[in-house]
Amino acid sequence: MKKDIILAGVGGQGILSIAAIIGTAALNMGLYLKQSEVHGMAQRGGDVSSNLRIGDKEVASDLIAKGKADLVISVEPMEGLRHLPMLSPEGWLITNSKPFINIPNYPEIENVYSEIAKVHRHVILDAEQIAKDLGSAKVANVVILGAAADHMGIDFEIFEKAIHTIFKRKGDAVVELNIKALRAGRDFSVKNSHL
Amino acid sequence: MQKLLLLGDEAIAQGAIDAGMSGIYAYPGTPSTEITEYVQHSKEAKQKGIRCSWSTNEKTAMEAALGMSYAGKRTMVCMKHVGLNVAADPFINSSITGANGGIIVVSADDPSMHSSQNEQDSRFFGQFAMIPILEPANQQEAYDMVGYGFNMSEKYKVPVLMRITTRMAHSRAGVARGQIKSQNEMSLPSDLRQFVLLPAIARRRYKLLLNNQVFFEKESEDSSFNQYIDGADKKMGIITTGIAFNYLIENFSDRVVGFPVLKIGQYPLPRKLIEKLFNECQEVLILEEGYPLVEEMLKGYLANGIKIKGRLDGTVPRDGELNPNLVAVALGMKDTIGADVPELVVGRPPALCSGCPHIDSYLALNEALATLAPGRVFSDIGCYTLGALKPFEAINSCVDMGASIPMAKGAADAGLVPAVAVIGDSTFTHSGITGLIDAVKDNSPITVLILDNGTTGMTGGQESSAQGRIEDLCKAVGVEEDHIHILKPLRKNHEENTQILIKELAYQGVSVIIPRRECIVSIDKRMREKEKARKEQLA
Repeated sequence: MKKDIILAGVGGQGILSIAAIIGTAALNMGLYLKQSEVHGMAQRGGDVSSNLRIGDKEVASDLIAKGKADLVISVEPMEGLRHLPMLSPEGWLITNSKPFINIPNYPEIENVYSEIAKVHRHVILDAEQIAKDLGSAKVANVVILGAAADHMGIDFEIFEKAIHTIFKRKGDAVVELNIKALRAGRDFSVKNSHL
Repeated sequence: MQKLLLLGDEAIAQGAIDAGMSGIYAYPGTPSTEITEYVQHSKEAKQKGIRCSWSTNEKTAMEAALGMSYAGKRTMVCMKHVGLNVAADPFINSSITGANGGIIVVSADDPSMHSSQNEQDSRFFGQFAMIPILEPANQQEAYDMVGYGFNMSEKYKVPVLMRITTRMAHSRAGVARGQIKSQNEMSLPSDLRQFVLLPAIARRRYKLLLNNQVFFEKESEDSSFNQYIDGADKKMGIITTGIAFNYLIENFSDRVVGFPVLKIGQYPLPRKLIEKLFNECQEVLILEEGYPLVEEMLKGYLANGIKIKGRLDGTVPRDGELNPNLVAVALGMKDTIGADVPELVVGRPPALCSGCPHIDSYLALNEALATLAPGRVFSDIGCYTLGALKPFEAINSCVDMGASIPMAKGAADAGLVPAVAVIGDSTFTHSGITGLIDAVKDNSPITVLILDNGTTGMTGGQESSAQGRIEDLCKAVGVEEDHIHILKPLRKNHEENTQILIKELAYQGVSVIIPRRECIVSIDKRMREKEKARKEQLA
């Protein structure tokens, strides 16, 4: 088993929180892992991405080869499109629909959506709204992770355990909310995957 | 033992804690910052009393480490590649003084310039200083090399350079810890003049360093970090350095390359292993992250040996970091790529945060300069360098830490009056003060803006050595009190701030304007920590 995942977003959107959950889950399954992160200048509102690689054999490169990513998980719709050269022809684009507009020339959002619709395998979801309906917009990133959970070769329960491990310090309510968010993302994905 | 999931930087830090380091000295700089931060946040390091607060700059860091080594304890110095330029004087001379307690200097290079102004290769500095260099290929090696490096540093009484690059520094993987060593007792050098580089002593010390070169080479030949992996196909041999090895084997699904491979992680180069590869293969491909250091050495000026492929003949691009695709192409394999980026996708450059005090400083400065011809603002390294971009387009230079003030002075000397310098509080204490002394000495007609946000912002908000004392420092070096102004950069103060700037721009001497307001990211962090402490107290 080997999964190559690109996490994408804008500096400050917290893509590394998604990486932390996947990483913990992968370790709990005894998988090998490499995760390359972006620190420094780009974190100031620029486009950021992280290469996350998991597998049952030792991972060699810290970077994924172009055209080989199994998944692009993006917390921002235009940022997902930026990484299409990384995505394998069989890969999935899982993206949030809510744009993060901090530049004056952000494209028309409808045009962004129609480009996403052209991607063979994709899931697009309004993670903020789903998260708000559950009680807090803060868990939007976990909703997006939930939407990607079935594509990573890791059992869903392992993700739930990982959330437990990471959030248990913050109390039962926070753990529960994050698990709900994960499930809501997966439910959406099951019903709305575009093949 | 359960493996720890660590960044390369963190693996180095944990390695140093476990190898009995007594103190770490550093100035923040991407991609090296997380080494020192890891030690600062480590409970173990705290229990062991490991000294770990930030230094004012890389030079003072290197010098303090040299002092700790003199006193017999193990110490590490960390910086980004351009920081080694700042520390070059003590660094190069430390190879002549030698070490007493082990010293490892970690320099983190940034090929492709993700967060830097150049992509210089620190291995040249190691070679220049004629000391052993370690270059890990993965996080486990990064951890292991620290203990190994300290042992070698103490065996030969010489500092050891550890060179990493961005993807090593900022990538996580599982790391198994090794033996834990206690710290050295204090013990002075057996020769109390070892560190006195008077010519007569320096000549003797230099000869010792030269004589040691053969032993350093022998260490490299015997090192487990230099591996000869045989392959049946001798048409080509491959030399990799550091993480280039990973990109090579990434292209072979079973990790078997088929060609003989020499994986290098320790310098000076292992001569015998290289000779073996050259004797067995018809041509050699060299894959190294950074400048073609090994390639140039092996090719030689006349290139009259066997065919060597790499960055110099275009097999690999001359600049930028490596990746699996570039290595595949160098191996003659088919390149891979997914769909094109849709045309509508636009760039998203980094920008000043909403609410950042620098925004208000630049708005006032731009207005104060509106009636003058453009092109007179010299700036420096920090978040405020983003003032070069739209919508501000407020600055005309960014060269190195502290360059703003002397550049403004030099331009004023040439007749560009008024000239303006824009520098942050942390950069000012790092290397700005000496330039200000020059300007005061000549009474140069410059206006210096020291943007005091109370932190080292760009690297994530580390403690600034300025500590709110900028005006005192300026007074102390001779700036007239009447021409030092502290402003609060807020929209509501815009008119007043602009007027003060206009007045000081007209003054024919050194003025210092200190727009002072805390970095909004720091406020956020401080509030979160306060809230956490409050909750912990309640619990």
